Amino acid sequence: MDSALIPNGVKRCSMGKFLLWNSIIGLVLLWGVFALLLCWIKGLNQTNMNNAYGFALWIWADLAVIALGGGAFFTGFLRYIVGKEELKNIINYAVLIGFICYSAAQLILGIDIGQPLRGWFIFWHANIHSMLTEVAFCLSCYFIVLCIEYIPLILENRQTDKVPFFHNLTHNMHEVMAIFAATGAFLSFFHQGSLGGVSGVLFGRPFGFREHIFGTIWPYTFFLFTWSAAACGPCFTILVTKITEKIAGKKLVKDNVIDLLAKISGWMILTYIIAKTADTLYWAFVTAPSTGFILAKFYTENPGSVYGYWILFLEIVICGFVPALFLIVKKWRRTPVLLWTAIILAVIGVSLNRWVLVLQVLAVPVMPFTDWNIYFPSWQEIATTILPVAYGILLIMISYRYLPIFPQEAELNPIEPEPEPEQEAKPEGKAEEIKTKAGEPELKPAEA
Amino acid sequence: MEQVKDKKFGMVIDLDKCTGCGSCMVACMSENNVPFREDETDKLLSVAWMRVYKMTNRKPYPDTEVCYFPRPCMHCEGQHSGHSPCVSVCPAVATDYSTATGIVSQIYTRCFGCRYCMAACPYHARVFNWFDPVWPHGMEKSLSPDVSVRMRGVVEKCSFCYHRYQKAMEKAYVDGRKELEENEYQTSCTQACPAGAITFGDLNNTHHEVYKIAQPDHKHHGKSKNPKVFRLLERLGTNPKVYYLSSRKWVRQLGDNYRPDEIMK
Repeated sequence: MDSALIPNGVKRCSMGKFLLWNSIIGLVLLWGVFALLLCWIKGLNQTNMNNAYGFALWIWADLAVIALGGGAFFTGFLRYIVGKEELKNIINYAVLIGFICYSAAQLILGIDIGQPLRGWFIFWHANIHSMLTEVAFCLSCYFIVLCIEYIPLILENRQTDKVPFFHNLTHNMHEVMAIFAATGAFLSFFHQGSLGGVSGVLFGRPFGFREHIFGTIWPYTFFLFTWSAAACGPCFTILVTKITEKIAGKKLVKDNVIDLLAKISGWMILTYIIAKTADTLYWAFVTAPSTGFILAKFYTENPGSVYGYWILFLEIVICGFVPALFLIVKKWRRTPVLLWTAIILAVIGVSLNRWVLVLQVLAVPVMPFTDWNIYFPSWQEIATTILPVAYGILLIMISYRYLPIFPQEAELNPIEPEPEPEQEAKPEGKAEEIKTKAGEPELKPAEA
Repeated sequence: MEQVKDKKFGMVIDLDKCTGCGSCMVACMSENNVPFREDETDKLLSVAWMRVYKMTNRKPYPDTEVCYFPRPCMHCEGQHSGHSPCVSVCPAVATDYSTATGIVSQIYTRCFGCRYCMAACPYHARVFNWFDPVWPHGMEKSLSPDVSVRMRGVVEKCSFCYHRYQKAMEKAYVDGRKELEENEYQTSCTQACPAGAITFGDLNNTHHEVYKIAQPDHKHHGKSKNPKVFRLLERLGTNPKVYYLSSRKWVRQLGDNYRPDEIMK
């Protein structure tokens, strides 16, 4: 039915199967939209946030998807600025994943603010000293860059590509894409960093506060966030690619491309986690004690040990050093199970880091006579957080079906000519019989 | 009309006098049109500008001692003028620090409800309007016309009854004066406290009672020279303008966090 829209040389599932899966994911999306409308119409009392937990699941989701979407800017940086040619075979998908992550982040922010219709105040009445202002500006600008990077991909659809204007536009956009990749890397450096600064500047919250470089400009979390997004973002790109390959049942990207990205990611994670360890040690033994806090105060005596030392161990060792080593050692990263383990751990690690620097910051009691604040999200919060995931899956399904996202797909999965239907249908011997019948006209493939 | 000298309005709360009666909270809610709900069991959803905490010395009976701890907004100045935890992070300048009065303001119509200021404030002085403000039938007639009611989805906090300052300044202008007398501008909680535990005034004015008790050392970010006076979480560098007075050491010690190896100075 839609074969004219499907890229040349590749095979896709039937329209019925495609629509069925779209409908299932669409239902999840509608559930999220329902929760979103509840939050907009009835207000944020639909959440389990409170005056102690002003930031919660949504802000974590925002920070996490932006970190995971970091694969787009860093892969673009490697491909266009550093000149890693092999990565041209995964850059499309990295851009699509980045586009999904950043649009999801903006959607979540639109739900999270108490007065959504005033959201534009952040641009109009901008406080240049606020990390959130920097986040808003850079994030919006980078989203525009992602749109610019995604547009040529859309225009490469078989039908739109037939239009000379679109064809030439796509060609010319590809020619200048290095400029956008550089702009994207520049903007991402700042908004990823600013997100790190969100908790790092909170000098009233000793768990989140970090020393500042150059005196008062940027806390160290600024650089750690940028570094971790560049390190773990590509792992998420690889993970989604691998999941897509599993679902599609075929290889979409050659091993050497994955291998290169994984290797770079491994070194990035290793250097990041060393810096993160140094930051943690300095914070634990110098910064926090200067305000009367010892490490045990942050990690003990909380209900159910929700925030125990295990978080530190999990984030730094299990989801930091372990995936770094798995990805750096050639033999290990070329072992599928270890590659899968490493990319999953890296994704969990960066997400956990964002969780800790949003929720644990608020959970730790600061006034000596107050207790830990423990929070569990409401179903409306969970549904609205799943909403962008469903939206992302839908966009991937549609893009994969109709756009040439994976340049190596056709080469990796050559379509063999279909056997003659008669031969397939008839048992051996019968086919021979048919062929020998004289005078009967042969069926044309289309008619058959 | 502008005043001649910059002010630093602040208060001293005598914790030895506070009985925990809650009059300050009631007066504050009434004065500032603070909304409430039928079910106020979850205090973390309550809108309260002034909140009274209960502290104990954590000793078993009969050595147990209790202290009630009123906590308004601290109107922090930070380490340099106006760098309070909340003002510095608000992305839309919906909260601001006045160098003329030392008061941290909140512009309700500009706040878009991101709640970053709440995350920044270690005192939980900032609260969010999770619900639409609804008053029992007829009670809306008793609302103060001097204070705007807030809408759902914005943050609010204690303003040191700033409208009273505005009114006092207007009166002074009519009288041809540029300065206020000490008793001309007092917050509602100060006036409502039956024990007289709260003293309010200008921390820059050596004649004001609040200055005499707090004895702020402005060269050291307002740190008190009075050994019995302390500020809440002073070591975080927030530089609050609310001081606490207590003769009890355990109370003063609960005003900040100390490492086990530390001896409170």
